[in-house]
Amino acid sequence: MLVAARSSSTGPEDGVEGGTPPLVRFSGIQKTYDGEHLVVKNLDLDIRKGEFITLLGPSGSGKTTTLMMLAGFEVPTHGEIYLADRPIKNMPPHKRDIGMVFQNYALFPHLTIEENIAFPLSVRKINKAEAQERVRAALRMIKMETLAQRRPGQLSGGQQQRVALARALVFNPQLVLMDEPLGALDKRLREQMQLEIKQLHETMGITVVYVTHDQSEALTMSDRIAVFNDGIVQQIDKPETLYEHPVNSFVAHFIGENNVLAGTVETIEKEYCRVALAGGGAVTARTVNVSGVGASTSLSVRPERTSIILDGTSSEGPNRLPARVQNTIYLGDHALAVLDVAGNGEFMVKLQPGAHDGLKQGESVFITFRPDDCLALDPV
Amino acid sequence: MTDALLSGANASTEVPLKRRLRRAERTRQVKALALVLPLLVFLLFTFAGPIAGMLWRSIDDREVRQVLPQTVAALAGWDGKDLPDEKAYAALASDILAARASGTMAIAAKRLNYALNGFRTILTSTARNLKAVPEPGTARETLGKINPAWRERATWTTIKDASGPVTGFYLLAALDLVRDVDGAIVAAAPDQAIYRNVFIRTFIISLGVTALCLILGFPVAYLLATLPPGWSNLLMIFVLLPFWTSLLVRTCAWIVLLQSKGVVNDSLHWLGIIDEPLRLIYNRFGVCVAMTHVLLPFMILPLYSSMKAISPAYMRAAASLGAPPVTAFLRIYLPQTLPGIGAGSLLVFILALGYYITPALVGGAADQMISYFIALYTTETANWGLASALGAVLLLATVLLAVVYGKLVQGQQVTGGMKN
Repeated sequence: MLVAARSSSTGPEDGVEGGTPPLVRFSGIQKTYDGEHLVVKNLDLDIRKGEFITLLGPSGSGKTTTLMMLAGFEVPTHGEIYLADRPIKNMPPHKRDIGMVFQNYALFPHLTIEENIAFPLSVRKINKAEAQERVRAALRMIKMETLAQRRPGQLSGGQQQRVALARALVFNPQLVLMDEPLGALDKRLREQMQLEIKQLHETMGITVVYVTHDQSEALTMSDRIAVFNDGIVQQIDKPETLYEHPVNSFVAHFIGENNVLAGTVETIEKEYCRVALAGGGAVTARTVNVSGVGASTSLSVRPERTSIILDGTSSEGPNRLPARVQNTIYLGDHALAVLDVAGNGEFMVKLQPGAHDGLKQGESVFITFRPDDCLALDPV
Repeated sequence: MTDALLSGANASTEVPLKRRLRRAERTRQVKALALVLPLLVFLLFTFAGPIAGMLWRSIDDREVRQVLPQTVAALAGWDGKDLPDEKAYAALASDILAARASGTMAIAAKRLNYALNGFRTILTSTARNLKAVPEPGTARETLGKINPAWRERATWTTIKDASGPVTGFYLLAALDLVRDVDGAIVAAAPDQAIYRNVFIRTFIISLGVTALCLILGFPVAYLLATLPPGWSNLLMIFVLLPFWTSLLVRTCAWIVLLQSKGVVNDSLHWLGIIDEPLRLIYNRFGVCVAMTHVLLPFMILPLYSSMKAISPAYMRAAASLGAPPVTAFLRIYLPQTLPGIGAGSLLVFILALGYYITPALVGGAADQMISYFIALYTTETANWGLASALGAVLLLATVLLAVVYGKLVQGQQVTGGMKN
């Protein structure tokens, strides 16, 4: 079986269409450092060729450990990792042909930029002329031809990051791993680099596994996002799906802004349920992750899917709750109203610029949202 | 003020600014100087002063001039090709009588005897037998009769060479060179020529000890830098423990271990590996073992500090880029430890160059290093000139090495940039 699998995946023409085996397969992976506590609990994850997948999660969620196991710097306690259908659990990192961009770039300080980028080629004994050509192309790609003779210490953070990228890509690895590569950059540069990395991914058709704890970074760049928490992948989906259809409270809270209302399920009718709020009132919500009638639940409502009704006499909606204005926050392109809704004193509502300028602190208003925008999830 | 700012062109505003900057800097400089002043004064008296004194003594040559002033004056115009004229003989006779009266003859005799073996006898016999100032015109004959050496040119060139006030005699001697009768620099007689060998031996032993320290110290430093903190602290204590122990105690411990009835020999004998005790001490082996042990921390500590600064991410990066462990070590790790290797090697080598106690205690006659001879000439024979000259040559070699190292390190930093 192994032989057959290997022969079917060596050709570059494979893997383009959807039916081919994944480039990377984590199968029943467990990892513990101390023999008591599992950092990664039973991970099964497929990574397709050519996709940009992000491992997203808070620190300690197991995402970096997963990446390190893929790179070969950590050995799984249990399970097997397949790269192009070959088991690689016991393969040393230098034989895996995986490019990696490190958190602090890890550019070799004693080598010039050119020598840094040429390093993976020279250890592969690629002939000088070709190596030189590829290094030049890589420098052109990151627009740093003129800085080839500098040392890493003489470059800015963004430039070092580009060099680290070029170095990880120059030997055409079958997979590129990035471990929070933009963490040390300031916001503006980070956003610019996100676009550059995304562009590189698209033009070069490389497979990227990206680790970050920044959800907006993950949303910007990824084809798919695996949300990690507590050593378990909570959900793997496209960014839109994660945002619109989180499977549980953790994902709903981790991706984007989110308001929580605690309540109890009263009735369930197909996709919708009626929830009595702990702070008074009742709403209709989409049933996502509740165990049944009578179970407590956390309702998740996005700030931008909620509207404020000033005129209390307007038509009754299915989800209409009284609220008191606590505060408004001006954020330039939009504003947020902080409301007290059914016991939640920090209920955020996104306001369009110019709308509701007249909201006063302490004013009584109503809020409303569609049942489809209110998700009944597991209790927090 | 506003007027001045408005009307003043660049030139008028710039000057006061520069002056203010200088003033601000000056205060800081004065403060800095005040902080280092006590140490500076201390070093001046205990370090710079003695070294300057030593350097001066290696060329200072005033003994003969002091004891035989008239002779020195009379020989000033002598070309050294023939025997000097009658005037010089008369001056010598009068100097000898004066020196005998004041009891200073031994000073000149000692100095002249360094340059020409047996000169002491010539002087003392002359002083003993010269009853009075010879009649004018008979000095040469009188002295020649008392000691035929006065009829030889070499006797007189020796005095002229030693007439000071400065001489290259000691420095030449330290390099196994002498001036011949005609004043040309030639190699010393084989039985006198020992210092060059001693210098070479000193350098070879120091190099060997440096190499041993590097070979033994590098893996230890690597462990220290990579072990988890608890273990590395424990290991560090083991490294530092000998560092805190007296040099003499450690050297004597090696004598106990290595002597023919010592621990090592007894153990090997008991294990049946040897029948006869091995000669482990009072030879080159013992010297190298004991010196390496004493100097090892000086290698490990700079290596450790340079390795501690190397992030483990570099080795991971190298591996992820396809470098097998050995390649990664040679091309990524090792080059980054070069400053540490350089500093440690230089430190050990320079310390080893000046080693005295350890070779003196555990070395044989053929293992004595240059410091032994310096000590010998200062404490036993009181030949300060030669001791100083040997010291000066050693100092020069050391300074040269330090300068070369400094240049190398500087060159690396200019292109290096190092660390991010």
